[in-house]
Amino acid sequence: MRPVVETVDLTKTYGNATVVDKLNLRIEEGDIFGFLGPNGAGKTTTILMLLGLTEPTSGVARICGYNSTRDPLKVKRLSGYVPEKVGFYEDLTAAYNLTYTARLNGLSEELVMKRVGEALDIVGLSEVGGHKVQEFSRGMKQRLAIADILIKMPKVAFLDEPTAGIDPEGVKEMLGLIARIAREQKMTVILSSHQLPQVQQICNCVGMLIKGRMVVEGKLDQLERDAFGGGRFRVEVQLAETTSALVNCIKRIKGVIGVEKSGDLLLVTCQEDLRPQIAKVIVDNNGLLVQMKIQSYALEDIYMKYFSEA
Amino acid sequence: MQGLITVFWKEFADDFTRWRFIILFVLVLLAGVFAIYIAAENITSEVVDTKFVFLRLFTTSGGALPSFLTFIVFFVPIVGIALGFDAINSERSSGTLSRVLSQPIYRDDVINGKFLAGVLTIAILLTSIVILVGGVGLRMIGVPPSSEEVLRLIAFLATSTVYGAFWMGLAILFSIFLRRVATSALASIAIWIFFIFFMSMIAGFIANALAPAGESVASQVRSAEIQIMVMRISPLILFQEAVVVLLVPGTRTMGQLLQLQAMPSSSMLPNPLSLGQSLLIVWPHLVTLIALTAVCFAVSYIKFMREEIRST
Repeated sequence: MRPVVETVDLTKTYGNATVVDKLNLRIEEGDIFGFLGPNGAGKTTTILMLLGLTEPTSGVARICGYNSTRDPLKVKRLSGYVPEKVGFYEDLTAAYNLTYTARLNGLSEELVMKRVGEALDIVGLSEVGGHKVQEFSRGMKQRLAIADILIKMPKVAFLDEPTAGIDPEGVKEMLGLIARIAREQKMTVILSSHQLPQVQQICNCVGMLIKGRMVVEGKLDQLERDAFGGGRFRVEVQLAETTSALVNCIKRIKGVIGVEKSGDLLLVTCQEDLRPQIAKVIVDNNGLLVQMKIQSYALEDIYMKYFSEA
Repeated sequence: MQGLITVFWKEFADDFTRWRFIILFVLVLLAGVFAIYIAAENITSEVVDTKFVFLRLFTTSGGALPSFLTFIVFFVPIVGIALGFDAINSERSSGTLSRVLSQPIYRDDVINGKFLAGVLTIAILLTSIVILVGGVGLRMIGVPPSSEEVLRLIAFLATSTVYGAFWMGLAILFSIFLRRVATSALASIAIWIFFIFFMSMIAGFIANALAPAGESVASQVRSAEIQIMVMRISPLILFQEAVVVLLVPGTRTMGQLLQLQAMPSSSMLPNPLSLGQSLLIVWPHLVTLIALTAVCFAVSYIKFMREEIRST
């Protein structure tokens, strides 16, 4: 399948500083891609190059097969962009701001009205559509920005730090909104952030950019295993009483690579998810199972691991 | 094309609803009415020649108060600057620029749309002021304008619009190069002040250095000629000379030399020129004004097209 977003050796240098270094990225349709990295890692520059707003020094960026540098108009028609410091015409109403966007997209006048109404509805701002944007809170403006990209029903949406500067409640709402829209409109979403727990909540794959290089990229669950288990599963088993006989029995299960004891926990490393087999062995050997779970890592752990390596 | 039209209408609507536009409109209108009032009083008190008496409304100054023309020479730059000084940098700092440019429009649509909307705004502002002020004058002197006077006024309005467009182009240029709104406003105002107050001093200085005015008439004329040539660098002077020719049909030349020669001998009859002849005289001035505007716009254009668009 053709990827929605693709970059080939994308590079951007300013003078001597390489901001984005030979980036190769593939994002499939329907993904919610979390673009991670510390400030100044080159996330925004990459997004701008993908949108054709900045020219790459070398390499190619493509959106739905269109070259961002040579076909910027087609690319911009297919993609929506919410900049980090998104702004609206403060002395105009929210609805007028959206109408302007719709007209810039060349929608017919009846479609303009329809889309504006729908977009305001989806983000829950239809009641304040006639108010001037200067009366809006930061969170409301951020939602208006989402409405702004809904106007053109893009295939890809680039959200640059969409949750920066809003309160926790607002962040939760915002993320829910993004996830819902991505699902309902079948939109591919690229979300740049350095707030890791949030990305973890809604993204199904992430890419981590450090100093312009993609240090790691892939599906979130795969990443966790890569980072800590060498691609294997780790199962935490807590027993009422741990006996060495039981440990030996677990070791004999097909697929189990090793068993470690740490405190009253047993850490079972295995090639696949063997929880049912492990449970059966424990019960068969009259062990008392308290709890058992697949060990999971917060994105933060992964982030810190790669960050310290880089 | 549709991007350009959308930007144009939005900017046009914006220009007209801005407070600064309303304030400037009222200011220019008041100054204009005042100047015309004084001029009309002067004209009615001394009946000399009824030829082109309506046009004299715009060029007659009454004692201490400058003529309508002088007001226009001073105020049109301010109108142009007010319309252009924050065109790009305010959109950049408020974050609307990157949002607008991520829409499927060409980048030049934004700058072209803003420029054209500004030109139309200036044209409408000047036309309505001239009509309003002319109405006041008409009531006072009671002589309606002839068709040639109307044509000359239209030529005057067109020239003034080009002049306003130049100042707006200059202000837009600064708004692209300078990131802060206050800085770009000050930079444009500084240039305006320079041309108003310092240009004649500098011209005098240069003329004195190149050809000091001595005892002989020839050297004085030569010095004055050089001074005028240097002054013509200033768009203010260019515009003033051009509109004087357009509104005072008796003006035959803009050079000092011919005026000096013509005066004592008075062998030339003070007959007014036809509009075509007047236009021929101002043609170089008009072309220069248009060229200056084009240069400002072209530089802005090139800079803006290569600009990095970041929201931060």
